[in-house]
Amino acid sequence: MANGLHLDHVRILKDGVPLIEIDTHVAPGSVLTIMGPSGVGKSTLLSAIIGTLPPAFSLHGHVRLEDRDLLPMPPEDRCVGILFQDALLFPHLSVGANLAFGLAQGGTRAERRVKIDAALAEVGLEGFADRDPETLSGGQRARVALMRMLLSEPKALLLDEPFSGLDAALREQVRALVFDHARARALPVLMVTHDQEDADAAGGEVVRLG
Amino acid sequence: MKYLPRLPLFPLLTVLFLLGPLVAGLWGTLLPAFGHFPAGGHTGPSLDPFRALWNWPGLSDASRLSLVTGVVSAVLSLAITALILAGWTGTRGFRVLERLLSPFLSVPHAAAAFGLAFLIAPSGWIARLFSPWLTGWERPPDLLILNDPWGLSLIAGMVVKEVPFLLLMSIAALGQIDGRRRMALSQSMGYGRIKAWMIAIFPALYARIRLPVLVVLTWAMSVVDVAVILGPSTPPTLSVQIVRWMSDPDIGFRLLAAAAALWQLALVIAGVGLWFLGEALIARLARRQVEAGRRGRSDTALRVAGFALGTTVSLSLLLGFLGLIIWSFAGFWSFPDLLPDQFTLRSWMRHRTGSLDALGETALIAGVSVIIGMILTIGCLETEERYGLRLTQRGMWLIYLPLILPQTAFLPGLQTLLLNLGLGMGRLPVILAHLVFVLPYLRLSLEGPWSSWDSRQATVAKALGASPNQILWRVRLSMLLAPLLTATAVGVAVSVGQYLPTLLAGGGRVETLTTEAIALASGGDRRAIGVFGLMQTAAAMLPFALALALPALVWRNRKGLLNG
Repeated sequence: MANGLHLDHVRILKDGVPLIEIDTHVAPGSVLTIMGPSGVGKSTLLSAIIGTLPPAFSLHGHVRLEDRDLLPMPPEDRCVGILFQDALLFPHLSVGANLAFGLAQGGTRAERRVKIDAALAEVGLEGFADRDPETLSGGQRARVALMRMLLSEPKALLLDEPFSGLDAALREQVRALVFDHARARALPVLMVTHDQEDADAAGGEVVRLG
Repeated sequence: MKYLPRLPLFPLLTVLFLLGPLVAGLWGTLLPAFGHFPAGGHTGPSLDPFRALWNWPGLSDASRLSLVTGVVSAVLSLAITALILAGWTGTRGFRVLERLLSPFLSVPHAAAAFGLAFLIAPSGWIARLFSPWLTGWERPPDLLILNDPWGLSLIAGMVVKEVPFLLLMSIAALGQIDGRRRMALSQSMGYGRIKAWMIAIFPALYARIRLPVLVVLTWAMSVVDVAVILGPSTPPTLSVQIVRWMSDPDIGFRLLAAAAALWQLALVIAGVGLWFLGEALIARLARRQVEAGRRGRSDTALRVAGFALGTTVSLSLLLGFLGLIIWSFAGFWSFPDLLPDQFTLRSWMRHRTGSLDALGETALIAGVSVIIGMILTIGCLETEERYGLRLTQRGMWLIYLPLILPQTAFLPGLQTLLLNLGLGMGRLPVILAHLVFVLPYLRLSLEGPWSSWDSRQATVAKALGASPNQILWRVRLSMLLAPLLTATAVGVAVSVGQYLPTLLAGGGRVETLTTEAIALASGGDRRAIGVFGLMQTAAAMLPFALALALPALVWRNRKGLLNG
């Protein structure tokens, strides 16, 4: 299969010592879950895919996304979006400016504003553009973070324990929202988690490390 | 079980030592500025000193120089620091730069300025390197590079000294920001490295280093030692002129100096106001930038520029230091040879007595002021701990106040006040004046280690029946040996580098390595400057070496205390 995210014989070494080995493929619209205890290098794998691997690590093998070889590219050219456990909204920017930061460049100010308002409406946050992110609830922040990332038009989505900061009821809701949006956009999703429920909800293949 | 008195004695004393000289100095400036100076036979109030100041023909040039060199060097220092951080944090190249720059933090300003002067002077190393094969110069060219009327070499000298300071302050502050994930997030959304850093990290960083940045700004607007060495001379910057008037044998000039000191204070306040305006303007522009969402991907040139600037700064410091060493051992050295014909100990022998006396005086003043400072600082920290007090934002401003207030605004007043009260100047006032600047740095370097100490250790000790004092001495201070020694070294370096407090509170009679070195600036005896500059640097740096070596020795069998 040409489409989707391919991890071909990927091996990550830390100071020359093997840390992770993985060889897999994530089809568009499907979720691959990677599970394992903390410290096994799950997040390191994600850094490798987005291209921010610290200098102590080295990477062998290939990472391909829609036939593009990602590894020679700088992070900003890879079109791989990531969501972390915390929403990481920038506290110095309003909710709208946070989304504008994500929104792919181009368009007049008015056009951009329309897109941002539409994105807010899509997750039930109409009229939140001028709000301070600090005043949002945990669930609202997670939704803004998701839309910020999607507005940057990624071609694949990585999730780094994205739901573990939320309480049980909210977690289910946000999880469904993220997976629905990813599926609607036919994005290949790679999720690392240590929560079996996340893996069950994702419904895709599960790889266990460590 | 509280052995400390009911009144929080240490905080009270600290505030007294910190603010006392400040308030006294400002008062002592205010009186003569309005014509009241009994020791000089003047009684006010009158506006004559200000009239004399307005009539001084150099006033507008001196004021412009102070404002422009100060603001420009602060902007450059901050921009270079941000560019280095934006382009290179987390890379191997950054770690190299960090290692190259951090030892120079403790180098006294005067020594760094002399080093730079040796590098860029018409007969300096850079000119020698390109002569005569490229420039055709057989003799040092007749160019006014040092002390140029624009203050360019002064700006360069201040930037070279302030970039390491801001860089290391930033690295400490970045530890509190989740920079790695913020960068990953922004880059994954398609932003180039520099743009990602500027939008995602700089605002959070700037909020944390704003006070140090203001220290850099006000320092650069009112610095004396670096300006004497590198700055223009006719007219000099306002602060240098104030010091000239203060050291005039005609005691009447002190009224003029006092008026100028108030004017300097007003200039600095205006400079800070301008800075705040700039902050607001840049924040607005940045918000527009964010909203446009442009990715700024082609930033290679900027990254290279950042690295080149960082390298230039560290090379200037390194080569300047080397220049001091070589001049101090130089025999005959003609232009354009890169090295002297022979190396000799003659300069060291000639200045042995003078430099050793100055070293003794320097060590005595530094030792006493740091000991007093450490007692007060630890006393404060422990008192706050026992009474459950915490340092507020306002408290932080209080600590930074002596560093932000221009030295030339209150130190001249301290001298005239001592004169008016009939008190002598000398070693004791110098020690008290040094304490004003040593205390903030001691507090700032101990704040982090003190509060991050695991307080469960105290709980365990208390459960074993230890008194609060036993816990303090036998557990806390012992465990914190390394940071305590580092703070001591910082305090010593601060005291060693002080020029104006030594000169003014000492009435010109207290001769430290710093005052001696700067007194040599106008003479141009490079060998002597090399000797005193090196001694000054050594006096500031050796304590750091000891601070690193001692804990390793004392705790050689205690692995848990060696890393931290």
